[in-house]
Amino acid sequence: MSRSTWYLLALAAGMFAVAPWIINAAPNEATMGLVYKIYFFHMPSAWMFLVSAIVAGVASIRFLFFRKPTADHWAVAAAELTVLFGAFTLVSGPLWARKAWGVWWQWDPRLTSSLVLFLMFIAYNLLRRYGGPGSDKLGAGMAIFAMFNVVFVWVSVNYWRTIHPPTSVVPSLPVAMGIPLWFCVTAFTLLFIVLLRMRARLEHQRARVEALYLAEES
Amino acid sequence: MATGRLKAASICLCMLLSGPAFAQPQPPKDFVAVDESQPGEQIPALPLMAGAYGFIWVVLLGYVWSVGRRLQKVEGELAELEARRK
Repeated sequence: MSRSTWYLLALAAGMFAVAPWIINAAPNEATMGLVYKIYFFHMPSAWMFLVSAIVAGVASIRFLFFRKPTADHWAVAAAELTVLFGAFTLVSGPLWARKAWGVWWQWDPRLTSSLVLFLMFIAYNLLRRYGGPGSDKLGAGMAIFAMFNVVFVWVSVNYWRTIHPPTSVVPSLPVAMGIPLWFCVTAFTLLFIVLLRMRARLEHQRARVEALYLAEES
Repeated sequence: MATGRLKAASICLCMLLSGPAFAQPQPPKDFVAVDESQPGEQIPALPLMAGAYGFIWVVLLGYVWSVGRRLQKVEGELAELEARRK
């Protein structure tokens, strides 16, 4: 790993270590009480879930239409991170909902579209792992298709009647709640960049190993 | 005659319906200690919050470790192949 990746990893780890104290200092919410503090990890996870899906989609466009082989490595890396951050979102959300809504799950547009996006990227990862030759192009098409679901996930809370809070909650937060939120958003963004670089490097190195084996055989 | 019967029936009905309002509450047969009483529908927030943060922390550490290990393995293999080619 490069030195800058190590620095970023150390910075992200430091921010994650400090985060519990900053979150603990935030006031409780009037109706939800303590449980709303899941939001400080839930919302940044959800953002990274959508960002990584967009990165996978854009990288797949570059791979499929502009014939950039390295773009496929970035797509594979981002697709795996979509599943990771998607799992964080889809596990922390129901734990919050159990207290706030009284139920673990609601089939409302935001939750359902997020689950569909998560399942699409699970399918992408399975395809890339077990699909064999040609799965790179098929996977790229799938990631582009899945990327457009991000728009649906994003607008779902503002466009349809839903139990999930709308996107307007974020800019209207009081300062005491906004500070821990933006701190966690920064920590998750740094973490996403580090993990994306690490995972993409793994794909670059795998491609080099494969090329060397092919050269040996020929 | 009919009006009289109707009045009597109305008075009886009112007495029957108002009966429970004047009834004395039954005294408790025994005292129940607080820790033995049936709790209502209460969902504690702390285990849910600890579950959410714990899950994210554990999976994240596991993932970083997994990527690091896979990277180390591939780079070792790459170094071996490159050494073999020289």
